[in-house]
Amino acid sequence: MTMWETILIGSAVVAALKFVGFVLPASVSGSPRVQRISDVVTIGLLASLVVIQTLAVGNALVFDSRSVAVIVAGVLLWKRVPFIIVILVAAGVAAGLRATGLLS
Amino acid sequence: MPADRRAAISMSLGVAAAVALYGISFGALAVASGLDVWQAQVLSLFMFSGGSQFALIGLIAAGAPGITSVLVAGLLGVRNGLYSLRTAPLVGKGFFRRLIAGQLTIDESTAVALAQPTQASSRVGFWVTGIGIYIGWNVMTFLGAILGDALGDVSAFGLDAAAAAAFVGLLWPRLTAREPVVVAVIAAVVTAVAIPFAPTGVPVLLAALAAFAFAVVKERTAK
Repeated sequence: MTMWETILIGSAVVAALKFVGFVLPASVSGSPRVQRISDVVTIGLLASLVVIQTLAVGNALVFDSRSVAVIVAGVLLWKRVPFIIVILVAAGVAAGLRATGLLS
Repeated sequence: MPADRRAAISMSLGVAAAVALYGISFGALAVASGLDVWQAQVLSLFMFSGGSQFALIGLIAAGAPGITSVLVAGLLGVRNGLYSLRTAPLVGKGFFRRLIAGQLTIDESTAVALAQPTQASSRVGFWVTGIGIYIGWNVMTFLGAILGDALGDVSAFGLDAAAAAAFVGLLWPRLTAREPVVVAVIAAVVTAVAIPFAPTGVPVLLAALAAFAFAVVKERTAK
C-alpha cells in the first residue's frame, strides 16, 4: 500500500464506522453484548498502544524519556489533572530529559 | 437561553478547546512519521478520530505494513459506531444533517451529549462540541504539520511522549473497575512479550485478539 492508499482507505473505514447507528436498526448492532465486547477490545487496543508508544523501538524494548513521561502522565491523570496539561507536561518531561542528555 | 443549554455550550467549548490544542501535536507527529502536510490534513478532515489517527501514524512511523495500520485504526474506530447508536436519535432528520452528525460522532461529542440533563441540551452539547473540535482539530493539525515540517526533529520537543500520554488519557477513564484493569494488563503484557519477536504492528493485533478472547469467554461464562 502506498502512503496515500493507507491514508484514504483508513479514513474511509474509520469514517464509515461512524454511520453504523445512522444506518442499521439499533436491535442489530446495539445489543449489550456487542457493546461490552467492543469496550473490552478498545481497552486492549489502547493499553497495547501505550506499551508500543512507550517502550518499543523497532523490535527492542527500551526504557527511555518517553517511558518516564508516560509514568508522570499516569500520576497526573490519577490526580485528576486536566487532560491538556497532562499532555503538555509529558512533552515537557521528555524534552527536558533529552535536552539534559539523561535519557534518549 | 435556558440554563441547561448554556451549561452545555460552556462544557462543549471547554472540551473543544482542550482537544483542539493537542491537534497541534498530531500535525507535527504526522509529518515526523513521514506524511506530508496534506496527508496529515486529509486524516484530520476525513478520518477525524484522534485515537485512530495517532494509531495510524504511529504504526506508519514504526514501519508497519499499510494494511496493519488500517486494521488497527479501524478497530479503534469501532467504538464510534457504537456511539452513533446513541447520537443518531439526537441529531434530527435530513440527509446532510445526519451526514455531518455521523462524521462528528467521536468520543468527546458523545460524552458531552450524554452528560447533559435534557434532550435539548444534549443536542446542543453534541453539535457545539462536534463542530468546535472539527474546526479546532483541523486548524491545529495544519499548524502542527507546518511547524513539524519547519522544526524537523520533533522528538526534541517531546511530541512522541505527548502522543503516548494521549493514549494513556484515552485509556484512563475506562479503567473504572477490576475487569478493565485486568484486560489492560493482559493486553500490555501480550504486547511487551510480542514486540521482540513479531513483525511491527502485529503485537497490537495480538493484544486486540487477547482482549476479544477474554470478552467472549466472559460472555460465555456469565450465562
